[in-house]
Formats: sequence, C-alpha cells, structure tokens
Amino acid sequence: MKHFLTLLSHELRMLLVSPSTYIAGTAFLFFMGFIFTGILENYTKAAQDVSPAHVFFQLFWLPVFFMVPLLTMKCLAEERRLGTIETLLTTPVTTTEVVLGKYTAAYALYLSLWGATGGFFYILKRFSSDPRLIDSGPLIGGYVFIAVSGLLFVAIGVFASSLSRNQAVAGILCFVMLAGLIVGVRWLGEASFLNRDMLAPAKAAVDYAQIFAHYEDFTRGVIDARHVLFYFSSTALALIFSILSVEVKQIHA
Amino acid sequence: MSAPPTPAIEVDHLVKTYAGMTAVADLSFTVARGEIIGFLGPNGAGKSTTMRILTGYLPANSGTVRICGHSVATEPDAVKRLIGYMPENNPLPEDMRVSEYLYFRGRLKEIPRRKLSPRIDEVLELCDLKRVRHKIIGQLSKGYRQRVGIAEAILAEPPVIIMDEPTIGLDPHQILIVRDLIAGLRGRMTVIISSHILPEIEMTCDRVLIINRGRVVAQGSPADLRREVLGRTTYQLITAGSIDALPAILTVVEPTLKITANSEPDATGFVTLALSTERTDELGEPLLQSLISHGFRVRALSRAQPTLEDVFLAATRRSWDAKLAPVATPAGTANGFDRP
Repeated sequence: MKHFLTLLSHELRMLLVSPSTYIAGTAFLFFMGFIFTGILENYTKAAQDVSPAHVFFQLFWLPVFFMVPLLTMKCLAEERRLGTIETLLTTPVTTTEVVLGKYTAAYALYLSLWGATGGFFYILKRFSSDPRLIDSGPLIGGYVFIAVSGLLFVAIGVFASSLSRNQAVAGILCFVMLAGLIVGVRWLGEASFLNRDMLAPAKAAVDYAQIFAHYEDFTRGVIDARHVLFYFSSTALALIFSILSVEVKQIHA
Repeated sequence: MSAPPTPAIEVDHLVKTYAGMTAVADLSFTVARGEIIGFLGPNGAGKSTTMRILTGYLPANSGTVRICGHSVATEPDAVKRLIGYMPENNPLPEDMRVSEYLYFRGRLKEIPRRKLSPRIDEVLELCDLKRVRHKIIGQLSKGYRQRVGIAEAILAEPPVIIMDEPTIGLDPHQILIVRDLIAGLRGRMTVIISSHILPEIEMTCDRVLIINRGRVVAQGSPADLRREVLGRTTYQLITAGSIDALPAILTVVEPTLKITANSEPDATGFVTLALSTERTDELGEPLLQSLISHGFRVRALSRAQPTLEDVFLAATRRSWDAKLAPVATPAGTANGFDRP
C-alpha cells in the first residue's frame, strides 16, 4: 500500500485540473438546485408531513443514475484505451493499489459534490423564518446515507469501468447495474411471485437489499449495523471483482 | 555494481500462445550486463510479446525469464524495480505536464523525494526536453512524446531498460539524439531495443537478435551476422576487356570467386560486374593486380558492404523455410535456439 497515496494524490490532482470535473459539478448543483426549489415551492403551497431534507434525499437515485457513471466510467477504461495501464503496472505498484487509488478519488469527488448541496440547506436556514423547515435529524441521516451508499455506487462504477475499454460502454453498464440495484430490487420486492413459501429465502434477500428501505431507516436516525454491513461487504466485493477483472484482462490481453 | 556473475536477462525456453496462436515458440537467449541488444523481426514475430513478458506485464505459458537473477514469474515486484520499460506506441497521459508526469512516475518508481527533482532535471537535460518541461503532453509533437517516454524509462536508473521501437516516427535529427542517448547508457545499463530501422540498430547495438515466428533465427554482432547469414562477400567491378576470359582469371585469384551479375557494355565498352566469394578477407589487391596484368582496363573495384537489411532478409527468409538446418550461434553467446 506504499503507492496508494501517490496514486490517490495523482488522481485527485488530475480531477482538480480537469475542466470536466467543474462542468459536472456545476451541472450537478444546477440540477439539484432545481429539485430543491421544486420541493420548497410545494412547501409554500401547503403544509407537508416531512421536512424538505427528507424529500430531497429521497430523490438520491436521480443524480446517482447520471453522476456515478459519469464520474467513474473513465477511471480504468481510459487507462486501458490509451495503454497507460501497461506503463502503470510495470512499475512496482499492484493492481489493488491502482484500483483503490482510482476508487478513492472517485468517491472523494462524489462526496464533495454531495457536500456542496449543503449550501442549499444553509441558504434555507439563513433566509427562512420558519425553523421547522430545517430538521437536523433527516438532514444528518440523509448525508450519512449518501456517504455510506455512495461507497457501493462508486464501487459499481469502478467495476463497470474495469470491464470495458470503451468509456461509453462502461458508463451504460454502470447505469444498468445501478438501475438494477436501486429500482430493480425495489420492483422485485413488490412483485407478488416472491411471496410463495418456497421462495421465502429469496424474498428475505431482496428485502435485505432494499436501498429505499435503508434510506428510510437512515433518515429516521436508525443506523442499522446490517445496512452498514450490506454496503461495506458489497463494496468490498465490487472492488475485488474490479481488481480481478483488470488482472484477468492482463492475462488474456 | 562490479560485474555480478548473473547475466542481466536470461530467457529460457519461453513459450507464449494467444488463443491457439503461438506468438513466442521456445525462445532462449541471454543478455550480459551493460550490453545493448537490438531485437529485430518482421511484424508479428513476437518482439513486443517477448518484451512484455520480460517486464512481467504478460505471463508466459512456459519457460523462465530471469532479470538480474530474479524470476519474473515468482518475484514480479523485484523485477519491476529493476526495469525501465517503454511500451510500443509509447502510451502517455494526455493531460499532464511533462515535469508532473516524470514526478509522478518517479514517485511510483520509489525514487526518494529529495533525489527526484535533481534527477528529473538530469533526464530532461539528457533527452533535450528542458524547453517543453511545462508543456502538456497531449500538445507535444511525436518526437517530444517519444523522448518523454525514453526519459521516463531511464528515470529511475534501472539496470535493465526495455524499449519497444523507441525511434519510430522520429526525424533523422531526433534519431541521432536518441542514438546518442542510448549509446550513453552503454556499460551502465543493459538495454534491449526493438526497431525496424536497421541502420539504427547496427550503430547502437553490441549484439543483434533476429527473431521470426517466435524463435531466434540469428544472433550475434552485426559483423558476425553478415558472415554467418550471408556467408559470402560481394565486389563490384567496372572493367573493359575480354569478359569471356574473366572467369578463368578470377579462379586463379580465388577459386570461389564467381561472377553473379553483369551489365551490357556502355558506350565506352565498360561492363559493371558483381563478383561473389566465400572468402571474407580482402581480395581487392590481388584481384586488381591480376586484372591489370591480363590487360583489363579497370575503372572501379569496390567491396560491397552488405547491410543489416540483407542479413535480416536472408535470416528471416531462411527461417520461413522449415526444412532448413539450425544456424550455429557465434561463439561467446549463449545457446541460440532449438528447432523442433
């Protein structure tokens, strides 16, 4: 792990000097700001049951679908397309260090983009006269959920990027996998055919992986070790698969 | 390093197949420390594959490769610290500055931070890159990019440097710089370069390894190879006189001397002839004396220098002919190759 910090600082620096980071950041904030104003408008029309933060974070999947593929599709696919992975892996670094370096950099960018949305709540707090609009519980729970679930989403993106040398293919693969995980699992949870006794274990597994259910728990202030374990273990799995994928492609180059 | 006993590179019965296609078939060779070796071969001969195996980037199907005594298969980390590698087509990140890139690579190659800046200055100077050190690599011309790749390969001063076509796409002036650069490494580092530019190889390399279809078909110094592969010397003679009597005179001078080609006489009656002999020492003087004493008018006599190109063509052509017997390797080099 000697080279991890070298690789990470290199990746972060490349992100900081790249115009696409700023374009993505601006577009993301614009989009999220749009959603946020939409939510606030609803609050001006009628009293709502839940705080704006709750509704805001409930829409986490919208930016995740578009942002995560864009952030991660480049990381390994680009190295392979340019062939720089060859010079990288012939220095004394391991594949694990390379994948972890790229993953950590992408995750850091993901977090900082979400972190920037904190500004919305600050503005709301500063200019609204109603303190009820800022409920710190769902707010903190929402950010913790974003941070923990982001571990898995970004890892899936890195895995998709390790599968193809074409960035577009990697991006679409990532989108499909994320959609399958977030929306597909939810759909399965509501499907009636899983309610048979015989399929009870499958039903239990599907219920365990319900990301929307996890979100509800987090915003209610319940940080369940099972949920955290779900994200940590599946992140580790996705990263191990990414490392294997890079190494397998090297063998069968 | 005072001449350690292990050779810099030992390759023993290396085999690599891709999806049923054999890229490297039972390749064996040894490179001594400090030697500059040229790797020649037609496209698809297995040059790049061999180089990738040497760096540990590709695993071999069978056979062993040792770099300075360390096995590539079992000690990849040790081997990676011993090599500087410039792959084919010289891939570089497009959006970094030259000095940033070298700094990053230097850190990856475990050069201490303290020594890295002076070392970067040194290689920038060596590769004549000082003017572009703050430029973005993506905006550099091909010649500069190539030199950035070379600078990167020699950055950590590894004992073994492997460069896949370092002079491809360079203009003659830049080739000269690269050649001097490589020559400057002689004795300090072991260098393997592959190239299609044969005069390049001839001028820089101590030894040439010609491979075809994954096998070594000839190896030795360029001079050895000429003798070995072509086995004869050619002279060009421009003369006037009774050409019909010439073969008899030639046989007196040297029994193996034969006329291999002749032209039509020009306006003044001079004929251009190509003579060929198995003797490798100089026959010019006795030949000239003999011709003049027999009343021939001689305008020119020169010994043709076979180029490495001729050697290359002869050696690869020979290897395509499957029935041919193995070539004996010149003395002083390790075992050449095995033919099934």
